[in-house]
Amino acid sequence: MLVDMKDNSGSESEPLLQMKGLRIEGLSENGWQEIVCGIDLQLKRGEIIGLIGESGAGKSTIGLAAMGYARDGCRITEGDIIFDGIELRTASEEEKRKLRGTRISYVAQSAAAAFNPAHRLLEQFAEVPVAHKILSLSKAKEKGRALYRSLDLPDPENIGERWPHQVSGGQLQRMMVAMAMSCEPDLIIFDEPTTALDVTTQIEVLKTIKEIVIDRNVAAIYVTHDLAVVAQMADHLMVLRHGNLIEVNSTGQILKSPKQEYTQNLLDARSRNEKITAQIPNPKTLLSIESVTAGYGKGPDILQDVSILVEKGRTVAVVGESGSGKSTLARVVTGLLPARFGGIHFRGEPLPDKLNHREKQQLQKVQMISQLPDIALNPRQRVRDIIGRPLSFYLGLKGKEKEQRINELLQQIELPQSFIDRLPSELSGGEKQRICIARALAAEPELIICDEVTSALDSIVAKAILNLLQRLQNELGVTYLFISHDLDTVANIADQVVVLYAGRVAEQGSKSAVFQPPFHPYTRLLLSSVPEMRQGWLEETLSTREAKAGIAREVKITEQGCPFAERCPIAIEDVCVASRPPLQTTTSGHVYACQHSIEVLLRESQY
Amino acid sequence: MQHILKIIAQRLALGLLTLFAISLIITFGVELLPGDLAQAILGQGATPETVRVFRLELGLDKPPYLRYLDWLGGMATGDMGVSLSNKRQISELIGMRLSNTLFLGGFAALIAIPLALTLGILAALYRNSLFDRTINTVTITSISFPEFFIAYVLILFFAINLGWFPGISNISSELSLGDRLYRTLLPAATLTLVCVAHMMRMTRASIINLLASPYIEMARLKGIKPMRIIMRHALPNALAPIVNVIALNLAYLVVGVVIVEVVFVYPGLGQLLVDSVSKRDVPVVQACSMIFASVYILLNLFADIVSIITNPRLLYPR
Amino acid sequence: MNNMFKTLSSAPLSAKFGMIVIFTYLVVAVFAPLIAPYGEREILGRAYELWSSEYPLGTDNLGRDMLSRLIYGARNTLGLTLTITVLAFLLGGILGMIAAALGGWVDQILSRIVDVFMAIPSLIFALLILSIFGTSMPYLIATIVVLDATRVFRIARATAMNVAVMDYVEVARLRGEKLGWVIRKEILPNITAPLLAEFGLRFCFVFLFISALSFLGLGIQPPTADWGSMVRDSSTLISYGDVTPLIPAGAIALLTVAVNFVVDWMLHRSSGLKDVS
Repeated sequence: MLVDMKDNSGSESEPLLQMKGLRIEGLSENGWQEIVCGIDLQLKRGEIIGLIGESGAGKSTIGLAAMGYARDGCRITEGDIIFDGIELRTASEEEKRKLRGTRISYVAQSAAAAFNPAHRLLEQFAEVPVAHKILSLSKAKEKGRALYRSLDLPDPENIGERWPHQVSGGQLQRMMVAMAMSCEPDLIIFDEPTTALDVTTQIEVLKTIKEIVIDRNVAAIYVTHDLAVVAQMADHLMVLRHGNLIEVNSTGQILKSPKQEYTQNLLDARSRNEKITAQIPNPKTLLSIESVTAGYGKGPDILQDVSILVEKGRTVAVVGESGSGKSTLARVVTGLLPARFGGIHFRGEPLPDKLNHREKQQLQKVQMISQLPDIALNPRQRVRDIIGRPLSFYLGLKGKEKEQRINELLQQIELPQSFIDRLPSELSGGEKQRICIARALAAEPELIICDEVTSALDSIVAKAILNLLQRLQNELGVTYLFISHDLDTVANIADQVVVLYAGRVAEQGSKSAVFQPPFHPYTRLLLSSVPEMRQGWLEETLSTREAKAGIAREVKITEQGCPFAERCPIAIEDVCVASRPPLQTTTSGHVYACQHSIEVLLRESQY
Repeated sequence: MQHILKIIAQRLALGLLTLFAISLIITFGVELLPGDLAQAILGQGATPETVRVFRLELGLDKPPYLRYLDWLGGMATGDMGVSLSNKRQISELIGMRLSNTLFLGGFAALIAIPLALTLGILAALYRNSLFDRTINTVTITSISFPEFFIAYVLILFFAINLGWFPGISNISSELSLGDRLYRTLLPAATLTLVCVAHMMRMTRASIINLLASPYIEMARLKGIKPMRIIMRHALPNALAPIVNVIALNLAYLVVGVVIVEVVFVYPGLGQLLVDSVSKRDVPVVQACSMIFASVYILLNLFADIVSIITNPRLLYPR
Repeated sequence: MNNMFKTLSSAPLSAKFGMIVIFTYLVVAVFAPLIAPYGEREILGRAYELWSSEYPLGTDNLGRDMLSRLIYGARNTLGLTLTITVLAFLLGGILGMIAAALGGWVDQILSRIVDVFMAIPSLIFALLILSIFGTSMPYLIATIVVLDATRVFRIARATAMNVAVMDYVEVARLRGEKLGWVIRKEILPNITAPLLAEFGLRFCFVFLFISALSFLGLGIQPPTADWGSMVRDSSTLISYGDVTPLIPAGAIALLTVAVNFVVDWMLHRSSGLKDVS
């Protein structure tokens, strides 16, 4: 039946999907406003088009419109959406329903939220073919298992009997990709399918998508904010901004020679311009974290035996994926979470474990900026109060003096003085993050802990924030403990790098020591997992030894042995799982935790 | 399985603990009185002799913990002591009335639950429609009315003006089931009106909450039929919140019944309770309070357990 | 000011109706002695006189003017309800915010105590207390305040908890701010909207609760005029098809409906804003 439909459907040159002058409105505080402003799109069979843009570009909305679907609070007002000769705008709900899941399917951003928690995974896979009367239940389940097998999912015969909460994030996302294929559709919409994942997990999902889409010749619309990711998939790219089309071209052309300035900015934002570490004569230690072990409640140790030295005026970046314990480290340093063992020295003096044991002056000198500027500013306070409070609290400033200092700070973070009376709701994400920086600076701190300060921001804005932080360091000599999961960001700002894995330090040293051979095996996996802005990168990476050994595995916190042993391509049998890797230090002060000698690692890094 | 049994056992233990705490409050509330209960009830005019006798009768001469143990033991074995006002066994007073009250509450629940769930689901499905807005205004009005207002309006129309139903619900065990239902209809309708409004609003809210989930959108994008989305995707997840809503409102019925029984002169536990409060017949009030509180706690416990055993996260831990 | 007027005029019909009704009730309550034709406790004629030009709503079981008692009733019942609700909000709201801001064992202990109180239906609890202590006003007020404060505690703690996990509260703590400052400046301004709505709901609840107790003869005691006991006193008239008992009952219903309409609009507004941001 399905085969029949495909055979009947027009000639090969006819586009599979065509959108003409598509306009969509969204309901906001000020009533209906246009969020997609006249978009044309053409997609041939088997072709993949990437929709790329920052938040508010309307890319997801367009993706959903390809299914004739508009979310609550959105409405399609104008234009044509023609899928294989069917006008979806005038089609009845029943007609559209029959297409969805069978001929056009959808892969959502978060599989954990998009799978129904009340049903087993294979049942959800089988639901579409059974409900649309394409396959019997047993046939559909059989097909699911076969697909799981061909996608290299672990335990493919039984994994479908599990519930969504029993499967890890990356695997769940892959199973959703498999579910989209249950009726072998002509078109799949991917809506930011890897955005919520770690880089090493992202690769396994990208691999699955590639196998499904390219190897089976399915057409796809791939919606993402990440140019490097979409470059691995798409034949064509459409660059969108505020609901308008900026540029459309083949992926190669866009990457090589973008026509529009905005596209160029997007490309630049992802490029690495590594910070050159300047020499500081007789450097002083500002913060030393000594053998800290920490965890929550009665739970396991999230951090195990972590030691880090932070020199004054430098940026030490702590890198790790989710579950590495990097945010826990920030909480220990700030005193929100007392360490179980070990201690912290600040300016040579011991820093009390608990927040309320610390003196006002100690609190003043350590400030923090966090990930989500939206919840870091009290929505009921104006900028004046937000920045002004540390000034009066720590420095006792009042009246004119305080006002003057607030204006100076606004100047430092490159915002106009008129912002002083604004509420957070009147600021953009980047502006909010600047206010957070100003609030931290107002205390005149020596150390600022930056916890994923750019991850919630669009790439161009994030880049500007990084530049600002660097400029402030140059001018004020402030020290950063910079926590991030993103290696590009780290490369742009760090002097020293600490790589955390499963709560332990895998490697630390100067940025050049960590990011260049000899590599620690985990650092190498991490570095090779960061998508590069060129076509063909995914295939190359997937063929590496690191990827074969390391992707599609979960991070496990272990009591003994090396936590990375299971994913390590050069693990020594019996040794690595049994005994803790020794901490080794090279003459240049580069520390790494591994059973192998530095010579072996250097040799292995050549592969 | 082990895991879930442990959670259920914990909930049961917590429920028992709450009951225990409540029994303490009910019995030791008497101790808060300046002077003592005998003096307070008999008033200033009583002679020392009558106070002494009365005190012996209440067992006020014993230390409080002994009195508590006696009372608890009595409650457990069905011997709830003697009423102060008419010297009858409390268990005797309560027996028939308890079953009458359960009959009235059960009758109201039987009408209210299906009606409220249907209306709630419909309002959620057609939210912001005329139907939804109308029913929203109607229910908000009906939860704002005191029970006795609704009761008297019903009496005025259906008992006095139309004469369809009796305005006084005089029932006894000799009546046939049909007769009992007929005579209980107005009080049950009063309870239903108030209860349906609450229950329907909560059901609507929890379904709307659920329909906003990404997995519901996913089901739509999988081309599943709307009815199936409700039945297969929304309802299994809505079960726990809906059971909670039902339990909460049944508990509400437990209280509403007191006033309705007084208005309709219905021979139930609520009326006994109110009578005893005005006569300051403390032992009867204590026994009634304990029964009402137990029913209330058991209902909530039941809802808790249902939501545990329908949650796959707890049934099949990682 | 201008802004407020704009918001008010954008309210739906039901909310406007509610606001007008509440305003009218307030005026009647405040100016009761000026409005009422007779005194609150004045015995004027025979019992249960019919509606006439002299006694617009007739007389009650003791021959007092129904209309005058209705007007004074507004003052008594509203005053008592407001007192209780405000006290309950102070007690429950402050404790709830402290529990949310401090967390740990303070929160645990307070929450467990509240759980036990919440496990007893409040009417039953009130009846128990009244049977022990008799129907005296101070005990009545104290009982309802405590019972109601447990409900306020729940909602204040829950909403404050949502705010307390925000990074800006963490920032204030890291800065070394004291508990009082965190609650007053960081938490309270962000939960005023839900608390205000809750105040309306609690007000209705207390109002109905007192009326119910009075109706049962256990609340406000005679000769003080009160709508609940007026329904009770005149309830025999209903069997003659006389609607007089429905008037005080309707007065109760009308006010709660009005408050609920306003609250519904406020809740709708605050949730609507959340959807957009």
